[in-house]
Amino acid sequence: MSDDYEEIDLRALDDDELVEQMHDDLYNGLKEEVEQGTRILLERKWGADTVLDRALVGGMQIVGVDFRDGILFVPEVLQAANAMKGGMEILRPLLAQTGAEPIGKIVIGTVKGDIHDIGKNLVSMMMEGAGFEVIDIGINNPVEKYLQALETHHPDILGMSALLTTTMPYMKVVIDTMKEKGIRNDYIVLVGGAPLNEEFGKAVGADAYCRDAAVAVDTAKALIRARRLARVA
Amino acid sequence: MDSPERTLVIGCGALAHELLAVIRASGWPHLVVQCLPADLHNRPERITGAVRQKIRAARAGGGFSRVFVAYGDCGTGGALDRMLAEEGVERIAGAHCYEFLAGSAIFERLADEEPGTFYVTDFLVRHFDRIVIRGLGIDRYPHLAAQYFGNYRRLVYLAQQPSDERIDAARAAARRLGLAFQLRDTGLAPLARALAFVNRETIQWAG
Repeated sequence: MSDDYEEIDLRALDDDELVEQMHDDLYNGLKEEVEQGTRILLERKWGADTVLDRALVGGMQIVGVDFRDGILFVPEVLQAANAMKGGMEILRPLLAQTGAEPIGKIVIGTVKGDIHDIGKNLVSMMMEGAGFEVIDIGINNPVEKYLQALETHHPDILGMSALLTTTMPYMKVVIDTMKEKGIRNDYIVLVGGAPLNEEFGKAVGADAYCRDAAVAVDTAKALIRARRLARVA
Repeated sequence: MDSPERTLVIGCGALAHELLAVIRASGWPHLVVQCLPADLHNRPERITGAVRQKIRAARAGGGFSRVFVAYGDCGTGGALDRMLAEEGVERIAGAHCYEFLAGSAIFERLADEEPGTFYVTDFLVRHFDRIVIRGLGIDRYPHLAAQYFGNYRRLVYLAQQPSDERIDAARAAARRLGLAFQLRDTGLAPLARALAFVNRETIQWAG
């Protein structure tokens, strides 16, 4: 990615060049430029879903890979996410107008005692970008709040996030309560957060541990597809 | 009883001053401290490998009868403990340094009382600008402070060796992050208790 911030006339670029430039701008956290690029693509009669997928989600995926590989750090990822949010704000009303069905619904929140929501917010954003309806129940959620959200929203997926070694065991409390109430298998349960790993995800009874936001999106899509196929069969 | 054998304490750089202070005050010259960079906390997935490397280097180099680790789990999600079990090395009990610097009971109470508590120690007060402000990119992107700290309500200074200057610096840090300030003078006693455990084990082993 280029560190060269020379003035570029986005309107002078053809579609492919503009998308590539938007990936660069997103990588560099340039919110205004990403917003401008989004508007230009819409003016060129791109569908909102295509702009979202190719220009924004595509760019954020590059950011995700470089974060995983230790090339980018948290501040740069947050800058990029803020730039993507700028584009999404423009697209959200247009996407709603299309009336397209979301590919799934997720209730997501951090567990009781944990107020760290940066990872959860990134997952929410990428899920929304991938076409999911996201019900974000925020931070510091006791089991009752998760259960209430499941009952109210009937999602496909429950997502739980924790940053602290001391709070992550609470995920098991939520899953065990779901089992006691006989509703565990009604939902796909995904867990994530910096100190977690696959082994922990299995130990608490989740369907999957998701290492990062991109993995969360891929896992959510795959598990929803599998569940729907199983219902048809 | 003979004098105890030399024991290596592999610690986090954020604890270096405190470990040395406890060892000096307690008269335990057989405990030798070696530290890894505190900055590893920004990439906790690298802590386990770095500690393992240090353990193996110490064993290969000889000169120590025992190795002990002064780290919490520190966001490794149990990976540090799994590695230590493989290596047959023990560590200070606790999820992270705030717990063994404050003492488990006090730390639990603080966390229950307000989950939105940002803890700083003497080390973090001394290096607040480098680790928190520059490390989190707040110097370059001031608006990110709200994303990092928006859910926090207070800053608790767990003070090991407080001075007026440090307390003022901690108070200023709280102000900068828009958090209420609380001072908790922990002293070095909780850390000394944790190290007394390793010291006892060492004496028994050597005896």
